[in-house]
Formats: sequence, structure tokens, C-alpha cells
Amino acid sequence: MTVDAIIVGSGPGGATAADVLTRAGWTVTIIEKGRNHLLDPENPSRLAQDYSNDEIKFLHRHFLGPDPLIEPRTFRVSEDDGERSYTGAVNSIPSTVGGGGTHADGKVPRFRPEDFRLHSTYGPIDDAAVADWPVDYDELEPYYAEVERLIGVAGSAGANPFAGWRSGPYPMPSGAPMYGAVLSSAAAESQGLHPYAAPTAANSVPYDGRPACNNCGHCAYFGCPIHAKGDPVAMLQHALGTGQAELLSETFVSRLRTNGREATGVDVIGPDGVERTLGARFIVVAGGAIETPRLLLLSGIEHPLVGRHLMMHFQTMNVGIMPQRLHAHRGRSVTHVHDDCMLVDDDARDAARAAGLPWIRGGLVEHGGGGHPVMEGQFYPWGPSHKKLMAESPLRDRLWAFIMQGEDLPQATNRVDLDPTVRDARGFPVARITFKPHRHELVASAHHGPRHIRVLEDMGATWTATTTSPLVAGATARSPFGDGATNYRGPISAIPASRHVMGTTRMGTDPATSVVDAYGRMHDLPNVVVADSSVFVTSAGYGPTLTLVALAARAAAALVG
Amino acid sequence: MPIWLNDDEFRTLSAACGRLIPTDDTAGAVEAGVPQYIDGMLGAFLVDPPLIWAGGPSSGRFGGTDGFSRFHRLTALDELAWRMRIEGSLGMAEREFNGPVVGWQQIYRDGLAALGSDFGELSGEEQDARLRAGEEFTTVLYEHCCEGMYGAPEYGGNRDTVAWAAIDFLGDVQPRGFTDAEVSEP
Ligand SMILES: Cc1cc2nc3c(=O)[nH]c(=O)nc-3n(C[C@H](O)[C@H](O)[C@H](O)COP(=O)(O)OP(=O)(O)OC[C@H]3O[C@@H](n4cnc5c(N)ncnc54)[C@H](O)[C@@H]3O)c2cc1C
Ligand code: SF4
Repeated sequence: MTVDAIIVGSGPGGATAADVLTRAGWTVTIIEKGRNHLLDPENPSRLAQDYSNDEIKFLHRHFLGPDPLIEPRTFRVSEDDGERSYTGAVNSIPSTVGGGGTHADGKVPRFRPEDFRLHSTYGPIDDAAVADWPVDYDELEPYYAEVERLIGVAGSAGANPFAGWRSGPYPMPSGAPMYGAVLSSAAAESQGLHPYAAPTAANSVPYDGRPACNNCGHCAYFGCPIHAKGDPVAMLQHALGTGQAELLSETFVSRLRTNGREATGVDVIGPDGVERTLGARFIVVAGGAIETPRLLLLSGIEHPLVGRHLMMHFQTMNVGIMPQRLHAHRGRSVTHVHDDCMLVDDDARDAARAAGLPWIRGGLVEHGGGGHPVMEGQFYPWGPSHKKLMAESPLRDRLWAFIMQGEDLPQATNRVDLDPTVRDARGFPVARITFKPHRHELVASAHHGPRHIRVLEDMGATWTATTTSPLVAGATARSPFGDGATNYRGPISAIPASRHVMGTTRMGTDPATSVVDAYGRMHDLPNVVVADSSVFVTSAGYGPTLTLVALAARAAAALVG
Repeated sequence: MPIWLNDDEFRTLSAACGRLIPTDDTAGAVEAGVPQYIDGMLGAFLVDPPLIWAGGPSSGRFGGTDGFSRFHRLTALDELAWRMRIEGSLGMAEREFNGPVVGWQQIYRDGLAALGSDFGELSGEEQDARLRAGEEFTTVLYEHCCEGMYGAPEYGGNRDTVAWAAIDFLGDVQPRGFTDAEVSEP
């Protein structure tokens, strides 16, 4: 049987394409390599009951996949490292029905108009492929508005003074602010910053047949047990509800089949391990910005830019230990953010000039609390001090952090290719990531970081520190327990931990400098459409999800005409 | 009664866990059942479905049903991953597609042997010295101790949620959640 479209990947991008295509009457097959813990494909109003407030299962036992033993990735900073310096989990996003939407805490701001026009607004930077997007904010606005309704976003229009124009309000009001964010917002405001309630893909009121969030606190890294998250569940429910969509989980797409001019279908391996070929008129690829280029490369699709310009956001973490408990285990992980570090103001220009750069941009700063107790315990040294520290909880209940998702400039040398020898359990070469931040990111981080230390001190922090991911060469993580603390661990190494991956099939009008056109269609194979953040031209400093979903909706709308 | 370790190994394990997370005026690793958690993890496949992923959506501690006790079944690929992780590759070609993998069972068998069969009878300082000498194993052991201590009790540790009580943490709170006032106020 040949369907109208095969969609590879059931994350936010693929689910959105499925919703738009089925609404137009298309038949689609959604293929997902991970397990299904989201909904009953036969009766999509029945939502699965598998998610839970269980730190072991979600944070320590790979419940949402990918398991690094059977689907590893490899990493190196540059070719100087040899074939690879690490094999295991590299910036993994869940591999499951719903993709990364299932465990993201869903901060979904829009980009701003200038984010699509960096080259014409600020100009080039040496050794970076800064370019304008072939689509601008005004064209994307109706799709932003549509997908905010589809996903279900809670937010306060007008709260962010730096936001782009909106054609309407958010579909839901903002939910309750976390106690720590009430304090950090007040301190940030007194330092001249402009915090606002983060637009969040979590229901603040019952919405689209799903309940309001009850602030269970197990949000980032966990699936929502009551399905109050705007993970792509709503779009998958709509698509499957039309009767036009089929969902094949535990099914890996190993290859796109092409006849040289266009794609004809895909080879898949199902849960039984049997290989077969499925045909379709169009193929929508939404495997995420690491797996999408991997699949294109596995398919032998030759374009010199496939996999290049990988961007991951440069994170600057400013953390402080407060005298009082903040109970960040209540609420939606992050409730407040500010955009001030995205601005190219006089201070930022001076800092750039001093470093020999024309401009620098930081990114969205999230106000957030500490993690969960198993992780916390693993940070502290073992022995008599363990329980005292756990009871006083400096690194969980009394921790507050400002995390900046810094703009990461596109560089052709930062890339995904196929590892020459490491394989997944099905026998296919895995994605190898070669990645080193540009000097711009280091300068922007050093410029914007210290300001947040002052805010933390203003809040009353008794201890503060700054660290980054990836860790800057030569820097060492500073442990609050002195150098003797041997088991101080964290998301701090040369491997970026942002979980924001972008840019590996960049869009543009010129086939020589881009892989796909403004509608995600591959220049060389026009019936293959990329519908995830692989198409991003630059990374802005915002979580990529809302923008990739808006682009997927636009690409799918263009397909159905 | 341990399900996977032998009695001697289990005694050494308990003594080691007791040094990493000691007993004082509140329960330490031993009272919380951490050694049972670790033994259950090493013997996860002796139980059906295996003790890998507890179910959802709630435990019954704050209303709702007890779904945590119904562990998930594994797919063939997940079983492969977890047998590799726990048992190691044991020379089987289907587990060695990226080379041999040493499993936790081997790591524990060797690590506990290195601590010595007399470990339980040593003074605290001597025990710590041996734990520090075998740092690689101690790091693995400590990670698992923290899991057993602060993970959900359905996995075998954190008995009667003693460890959560000691740190003023409610653990899993569905379907109760928190009110807006509990979120926003001190
Ligand atoms: C803890 C956490 C918090 C986050 N918070 C935010 C946030 O606040 N804001 C934000 O914007 N973003 C956030 N993110 C990132 C967000 O999860 C991703 O941007 C988003 O999921 C990307 O959507 P996608 O559809 O492009 O790809 P994915 O979500 O990665 O989905 C791709 C799917 O395709 C499947 N797939 C891939 N290759 C194949 C193949 N060959 N065959 C079959 N299936 C395949 C994968 O298994 C996967 O399920 C967060 C991520 C994490 C981990
Ligand atoms: S905090 Fe809210 S949205 Fe997040 S997992 Fe809990 S109930 Fe779901």
C-alpha cells in the first residue's frame, strides 16, 4: 500500500505534520523507533498510564530511551581527537512516541523578528556561517499562533517587553509562579532585567480534553502522569482520531529509498526484527537534528552540507545556594525567564569589540531550581556528611539557578556524520558528533554570566558559582565541597548538555549553501520534507520547539496546498 | 535473603552501604533496605516482569491506585540492553556489536571480593580505607546506594519512604500534586 506521506519520527515536528496532513484528508504512516507510552493508537482518546513521578525510571534507567548501550552516539571536539573521544549518550532526546516533547518541561517562547535576520541586522562573524533565514517572523506568525493553540500554551501576552508582535492572546493564562521564581524575578527586576512568566506547554486550565497541570514537580525529564503537558499528544490524538493515520512504534527507518529524482519509500525494521519496504508519495523526516542527518547519510543521500552546521546552545549556569528552602520540587521546573541577554546593546557591543568580534548575543535565561534527590545524593561525598547535606539540601531545595541558553553560531566544522565503526544494536552506523563552540559563545557567556551572580547575591545567596556546558577548555568544575570531593559530578564536560539540537540540514534558497528550501523540501529530492529543527539557519537563544513546530505546520500546509 | 548475591557477599555489601550512607539518628542505607535494592537490581531478571521499570501513573501514597508495583514488560531490544548492563556481554556475539561489556554482576562480584570477606569485622576507618582504595567500584556502589536510598520504595530500597521523610520530600505526589499556594508561597 502506498500512503500519501510517511512521517519519520513522532516528536513535536512529526506529530504536527501528521495533524496538518490528516486534517487535509491525507493518509499518513507515522513511524517511530521508540516504544509507545503515550496513547492507544486504536483509540487515541485513551491515554497511557505509564508515566509517573519516578526518578529511577526516568533519570537513571532510560525509560524514554534511547538506551546508550543499544543506540549509542559518539563524540569528539575536533578531528584532533581521532575517530572519537567518547561513546555513549550525546545530547540525547527521548526516543519514544512523542519524542522529546514527552519529557521537556516545555518552555516554548517564539523567536523574535531579528532572530531570523542576523546577517542583515548585525553582519557576518569570521569562521561562522551567519545567514538570514528564507522565512521571516511576519510569515511565521500565523503558524506560531496556530501551533500555540494546537499544543496548548499558557502565557501572558505583553509580559515580555522584547517579544515580537502577536495576532492574539495565548490560549491559556500563565500557571502559578514558583516560590523561587517570585524571589528571583524581584531580584532580577531590581537589577534592571525584565523577567516574565515563561510561555509554557502545560495546561494551566483544562484544555483540549486534558486536565490542568497539578504542579507535581516531576516535569523536566519526566513524562506527565496526568497528560497536562503540551507534548505532542494533542497533535497525535487529532491525527489518529481522523482515521487517516497509522502509528508504527518500535519501528526503525533504516533508509530512504530513492530513484535518483525522488524518494519512493522507506526501509523499516519492525519490533519483530523483520525488514520491509513501505511506499509513499512524500516522506516527511522529523527524527530530530541528530537522527535526521544520520538517516539521510545512511540512505546515501549526498549533499556536502548534510549534517553540517550543528548547533546546540551554549549554556551558562549561574547557581546560588540560598539560606532558605525554595521547594523547587513543586511546580513546572521553570516558570520564569528573561530575554535581556539576547539584546545587542551598547554594553554587549563594547564587550564584543574588546574581544575583536562585531557583536555578541546571549540567550534566554531560565530561572530554575535544583534537581531530584537521587541526583543530589550522587553530587555529595559519601560518608558521615552525606545525610547532613541531604537534610540541609544546598544543591536541591536551597539551590537556585539562572541558565542561559546562549546563541550558538553555525560552523561548518560542527557536524553529524556516521561513525566509522560504532554500531547500534540493529547493526547500523551511529551518529558521530564533532563539536567545538565558536569564540563568540565564550565571549557572550563571560559577558552575561556575572550579572546573574549579582542577582543571586541580591536574592540572598550565600554561595555562588558559574559553570558552562560545554565546559570551556581548561576550566574545572568548582565543587562547593572543596577539592577533596572526588565524586562531584554534573552535566559538565566537552559534550554540550543543552538538549537543543539544530541546523544539520539548513534551509535556504541557494542549493549550494543549503540543503532544504524555505518549506523544508530537499533541493535535490523535492518530495522529501524535513520537519524538525535540522532546518534552522541560526540557533537564536530560545528553545527550538515552538519554532520547529511552526515550521513543520507551515511545511505541511505547503504540501497540501 | 538476597536473591542474587550469596550470603557472604550480601554481608559485605551491607557493611559497605552502611559506611557510604551511615546510620545516625535517622535511618541509613542498611535500615532503608539499600542492600536489598542493589541485590534486586543484580537479580532483576530472576523476577517476571524484571525489576527494571516500575509502572504508573501513581503509587497510591497520595491517592489514586498503586500502579508502581506493576513493573513493565521489556521489549526484545530493552531486554538486550538490560541484560548487557546487568549480566555483561559474556562473549555472546549479539551483545558484543561494539565490543565486550562488563556487567554489574561482574563489577559487584569483583568489587565485593576486593573489599574482602573480613570487611564487616573491620573498624570504620579500615573500611573507609578499603573503600577509597577501590575507588572505581565505590563510585558505582555509591551511585546505586543513592538510587536505593532516594528512589521509590517499589524498587526495594527507601523502606516505608524513610529516606524521603528525613529530607522533607514527599516523593511521588500524583494525583494530589501541589496547590498554587504551595507552589508560590514559602
Ligand atoms: C529535559 C528536556 C527539557 C527540554 N526543554 C525544552 C524547552 O523548555 N523548550 C524547548 O523548546 N525545547 C526543550 N527541549 C527540547 C525538545 O525536547 C526538542 O526540541 C524537541 O523534542 C524536538 O522535536 P523534534 O520533533 O524535532 O524531534 P524529537 O523530539 O527528537 O523526536 C524525534 C523522534 O524521531 C524518532 N526517530 C529518529 N530517527 C528515527 C528513525 N530513523 N526511525 C524511526 N524513528 C526515528 C526518535 O525516536 C524521536 O522519538 C527539552 C529537552 C529535554 C530533554
Ligand atoms: S508539573 Fe504539571 S505538566 Fe509537569 S509533569 Fe507535573 S502535572 Fe505534568
